[in-house]
Amino acid sequence: MNYYHHFVIPFTAGLLFLVIVVAAKWIGWIKNLDAEQKGLIKRNIFGKASLHATWEVITESLLHRRIFQKNFLLGYMHMSLAFGWFLLIVMGNLETRFFTHGQMNPPYVPIFFEFFEHDLSTLRYKEIFTFVMDFLLLFVLSGVALAYMKRATSKPLGMKKATKHAFIDKLALTSLWLIFPLRLAAESVTAGLYDSGGFFTRWLGEAIVSLPGADMLYYPLWWAYSISLGLFFISVPFTRYMHIPTETLLIFLRKYGIREKNEHTSYTQVELNACSRCGICIDSCQLSSELGISNSQSTYFLKSLRDKKTTDYLTETCMLCGRCDFACPVGIENSTIRLNQRRETPASAINFGYVPTIEASKGKIAFFAGCMGQLTPSVTKATLTLFNAAGVEYTHIDKDATICCGRPLQVNGEESAAKELAQKNKQLIEGTGAQALVTTCPICARIFAESYGLSIPVYHHTQFLYQLAASGQLKLTPTSNLITYHDPCELGRGLGIYEEPRELLKFAGNLVEVKSSKTDSLCCGGSLAITSINQQQRSQIAIKTLESIGANDVDFVATACPLCKKTFTAASDENAILDVSEILVKACTNSRQSLKPEQKQRTKETSTVN
Amino acid sequence: MIDFGFTPLVASITDLDKANVNLAKQLTEQDPSFALCISCGSCSATCTAGQFTKFSFRVMCHQIRKGNAKEAIAEASKCMLCGKCTLACPRNVNTRNIISLVRKAQTTTP
Ligand code: SF4
Ligand code: SF4
Ligand code: SF4
Ligand code: SF4
Repeated sequence: MNYYHHFVIPFTAGLLFLVIVVAAKWIGWIKNLDAEQKGLIKRNIFGKASLHATWEVITESLLHRRIFQKNFLLGYMHMSLAFGWFLLIVMGNLETRFFTHGQMNPPYVPIFFEFFEHDLSTLRYKEIFTFVMDFLLLFVLSGVALAYMKRATSKPLGMKKATKHAFIDKLALTSLWLIFPLRLAAESVTAGLYDSGGFFTRWLGEAIVSLPGADMLYYPLWWAYSISLGLFFISVPFTRYMHIPTETLLIFLRKYGIREKNEHTSYTQVELNACSRCGICIDSCQLSSELGISNSQSTYFLKSLRDKKTTDYLTETCMLCGRCDFACPVGIENSTIRLNQRRETPASAINFGYVPTIEASKGKIAFFAGCMGQLTPSVTKATLTLFNAAGVEYTHIDKDATICCGRPLQVNGEESAAKELAQKNKQLIEGTGAQALVTTCPICARIFAESYGLSIPVYHHTQFLYQLAASGQLKLTPTSNLITYHDPCELGRGLGIYEEPRELLKFAGNLVEVKSSKTDSLCCGGSLAITSINQQQRSQIAIKTLESIGANDVDFVATACPLCKKTFTAASDENAILDVSEILVKACTNSRQSLKPEQKQRTKETSTVN
Repeated sequence: MIDFGFTPLVASITDLDKANVNLAKQLTEQDPSFALCISCGSCSATCTAGQFTKFSFRVMCHQIRKGNAKEAIAEASKCMLCGKCTLACPRNVNTRNIISLVRKAQTTTP
């Protein structure tokens, strides 16, 4: 059987164009990966990783599991469009294959099968096929209807702000939205005219052809359906719909172990193109929800970078809190890409020639309080009290003058200046001969662990104290205090430390767990990664964050970052905001003695001198 | 005398009608908190960089207001962006932002 009609040209040409462009882009991206990344692909492509990736493509690209978790309707919308369309293609192909007894057909045949074949009486399982095809079409159309609704009002789909789109995006969107209604119309008219179709198209078709002149719609509708498909395919490479093919590639590359590095790579291009511009990141961003800054979120930033039109404003207006990284259903490393973009901008004239070489006394454990620690002496005092109680031999390496860890410069893109400070600090740390470095500041901990290249382990004090408490070296007796815990961004999403502070607090009192915690926890607003927001704005953010952790229903608000503590304290005088260590001191039963001044003095001396 | 870690400036007179205060104007526009500074010196007293060298955010602001943009820009190059000054400032001057803006101004101000 020779199936052909001129109207298939727009569809076929569009599809061909799409396949060629996508293939060319993919090949280009993969070719430009660096040697290490290519090595990862080679090592993993024939292993389990590929199977896992395939599974993730099914659950994410087709079923959209993560979007379902965010909002049922939004998930359903994506799922019905993606999975429904996919099933339509698969079933359409099966139907054609069955009918033509396994013959190879041009790709347009299954798409326009109802046009080419009106009499399906020789088709095996005809009833099932026609029913399923109609059912799937309705399934997809239900998603399209939701998409219309989302355009009109995005609230019911759990989104406060939908992404603002460019013209070409709107064109693509319109053609996408027209595809399925047109398919329904074309198939229905055909079914009405030829007594074919399934339960729905037949019924609808009969209704339509009973209207005068409806038969004149026959060819125009098939043409329109084909053109809408062709237009959509051609627009894909130039619009956000490029995310559909690219997300698949991203899932595979990620499963092979490829991640963002500390500069843009060709993998970044894959991530940029995998962003669907769904806008979920906008709602996760407190700059938008608290401060009304709704034009700098990841969706806009990624788009600007993809179009090579990014601005200082977009690069800098972000707290790098990492919330949108975890909210993003595609799993794009938004904040890392933004940080790398900051690294791309030319360095400022920074001159640290004046920084001397700093030394500290030797000790088993090097303790670093950091700049923020110096502004919160009570945290340092509490931590050292606990060290003394547990008999830790430490040396407080920044007790007198020391320099900044470099993280604030790093998050502002001043990498080489940060390195200069890191070098000095590294000398200081290594000079103490310590076996481990402990810091009360997650900001310092992050750069120590990620960029210093130290030969000794780096612990945040909550990790270190947890070891002491778990081994019984630090004796804690729970009090009856109700405590809520705030996850600092750099500690939680940054370093993945969620459990140790919580376990410690359980040793000391009753921990109340709140809904938006761990990866979903809010930023205190104090972030050093943004300079353009002022203190009042920071307080505005802090107040909401305190609310979100139920600060008013507990005795103490605990956090594990001196900057969070400072920011919260500045925003609220109603709540008692303490570092985990300060709460532990209240519960520490072997600290009673060491808290006495003269004893404390003695332990301190022995611990710092040796 | 008690050593506070900082000393008052030697008095100097500037004719503001003649001074080039473009940078000050530009900064006040970009970050209005620049105008809030009362020269209390809290920022300088807590400054991490100031522990090792003659560097003071307060002095830098003075230089800008007096039209010594060049000196101010050179001063700004010493800051570590640690953020202590922002937390210490009683007037909520957005110090780190001002430092960043001054650093950027090195290329834009004549
Ligand atoms: S970055 Fe992620 S959450 Fe934001 S628009 Fe893109 S895909 Fe959606
Ligand atoms: S990292 Fe945080 S501040 Fe930056 S865009 Fe994402 S949610 Fe917003
Ligand atoms: S941010 Fe700069 S000016 Fe402010 S305290 Fe730190 S080093 Fe000093
Ligand atoms: S602490 Fe604030 S008000 Fe005081 S001198 Fe510094 S910037 Fe000015």
